Amino acid sequence: MANGVLVFAEQREGKFRKVALEAVSEGKRLADKIGAELSAAVIGSGVENIGGLLGAYGAAKVYVVDDAALDNYAPDGYAKALTRIVKDTEPTILLMGCTSTGRDLGAKMAARLATGLAADCTALDIKDGKLVATRPMYAGKVMAEVTCPDSMPQIATIRPNVFSVEEPDKTKSAEVIKVAAEMSPDELRTRVREVIKAAGGAVDLTEAQIIVSGGRGMGGAEQFKVLEELAAVLGAAVGASRSAVDAGWRDHQFQVGQTGKTVSPVLYIACGISGAIQHLAGMKTSKVIVAVNKDPEAPIFKVADYGIVGDLFEVVPILSEEAKKLLAEQ
Amino acid sequence: MNIVVLVKQVPDTEAKIEIKPGTADIVTETITYVVNPYDEYAVEEALRIKEKRGEGEVTVVGMGPDKATEALRTCLAMGGDKAVHLKDDALEGSDAYATALALSKALEGLPYDLILCGKQAVDDDNAAVGIELAELLGVPHVAVVTKIEISDDKTSAVCHREVEGASEVVETPLPAVITAQKGLNEPRYASLKGIMTAKRKPIDTKDAAGLGLSPEQAGQQGSKIKVVSLSSPPARAEGKIVPGEPADAAREVIKLLREEAKVI
Repeated sequence: MANGVLVFAEQREGKFRKVALEAVSEGKRLADKIGAELSAAVIGSGVENIGGLLGAYGAAKVYVVDDAALDNYAPDGYAKALTRIVKDTEPTILLMGCTSTGRDLGAKMAARLATGLAADCTALDIKDGKLVATRPMYAGKVMAEVTCPDSMPQIATIRPNVFSVEEPDKTKSAEVIKVAAEMSPDELRTRVREVIKAAGGAVDLTEAQIIVSGGRGMGGAEQFKVLEELAAVLGAAVGASRSAVDAGWRDHQFQVGQTGKTVSPVLYIACGISGAIQHLAGMKTSKVIVAVNKDPEAPIFKVADYGIVGDLFEVVPILSEEAKKLLAEQ
Repeated sequence: MNIVVLVKQVPDTEAKIEIKPGTADIVTETITYVVNPYDEYAVEEALRIKEKRGEGEVTVVGMGPDKATEALRTCLAMGGDKAVHLKDDALEGSDAYATALALSKALEGLPYDLILCGKQAVDDDNAAVGIELAELLGVPHVAVVTKIEISDDKTSAVCHREVEGASEVVETPLPAVITAQKGLNEPRYASLKGIMTAKRKPIDTKDAAGLGLSPEQAGQQGSKIKVVSLSSPPARAEGKIVPGEPADAAREVIKLLREEAKVI
């Protein structure tokens, strides 16, 4: 029996993040391909009871480390807990979501275990028993296929919203194994003193299924109101291009693009955004793209599935109105 | 206070990237190279910390081929005091682990209170070297930071770390590695005076042997990740400009999003 697949299933405030379920689902597919078992690692505080949920997604075993010191992600504590689980289970593959925690923890684990990290993967496969990961480079201008041939575990972080979540099978259950934390205060060198929630950001852009985004064409901060209205109708998050952020109209938290966030929603509506390469880098893997721009030559129309040439201040309110009617019909 | 800033020279973000046929490399001859934008925030922050404290030394450290010297010079022109260039054909093709290992060897001889670098390089987009270096050096790290306050006695720092939907206020002892996110500061342009004085600032060159790296630890050999192949991203299917008056087009798009694309 080959060494198995271990997924670090990230949770926040006692709930699994969507990308954690995506990682568990993909982990199961990979484990099946190599004929091995899928395990999951759950780390945090007050998480004793959620581990079992992962059985429905294919985990045979779930290792849980529960300690008050682990309530917020911090590298030392989480790396110590995960290393303990890795040493106990000796997985051949270690997966996690490419979130702010996953990026951080994945890199720290790679150095600690002297192994390779494939970051922000958009596809994973098994060839000759080894993981083959596809990941973007140069802001997505090039896709690289990479492997970790000689060291274990092969670590990969997956881009959120790319892999699908399997339908949970409630008849399946996992063995939940509690792992003692043994955290001593001086081992936990960095400490989260406070978490300042971002204004107007209930849903993080990288997790949003629908994003309505504004660019230079918006003309000002106040003008984003019309996008907020459309977003409210669609249950969407509001993003912005670099121009809009640099002009001070929206906070950098909401910037989509090479020096902002990379998003992969089901629907991306770009309003008054010209479509510079650096912006496309952040959103071109969206499933469906709609573009609204006065300029028929705007590069955004080359990637848009549906383009509307017109004044966004005329078009967007109509999109809101029509969408409202449509959704009311259901 | 001694601050080390890690700097990488990368293709300009405007650059058209072409794959060299039959290889897992890109065509480099036509590209303009710049200081990695995220590293610029790190250099700027180091200079501001030094200026605020009225004392200290900023050492810029970078690994790369010959032309990477330009990037180091640019950082010296911004105000860095000296540079270390890790330069050796044997180091080429290093992944994040091999790069972090080489850098850790280079830093063995240097006194440092703080190590700054960009959160990621815009060529490989791994966002790993700074964090892996911290682990290899046995120091803590705080990544993706938009604000840094150093304690007067330089034994600790308070950082604002950007996470999804929030900013964490994180305290760390020093020395530590802190990686810079956009918004940390506005990097200065090198002045003409800065450019002139930079010519006389020392750039110390180190090769793999000088760093104490064995052949198995250097470059591709020392890398844990192998790049098997490169390809162009899948092209999106051709879209359409929905015809008609903007108002009618808008109505049509909502219909298409429901009936054709099935996303609402």
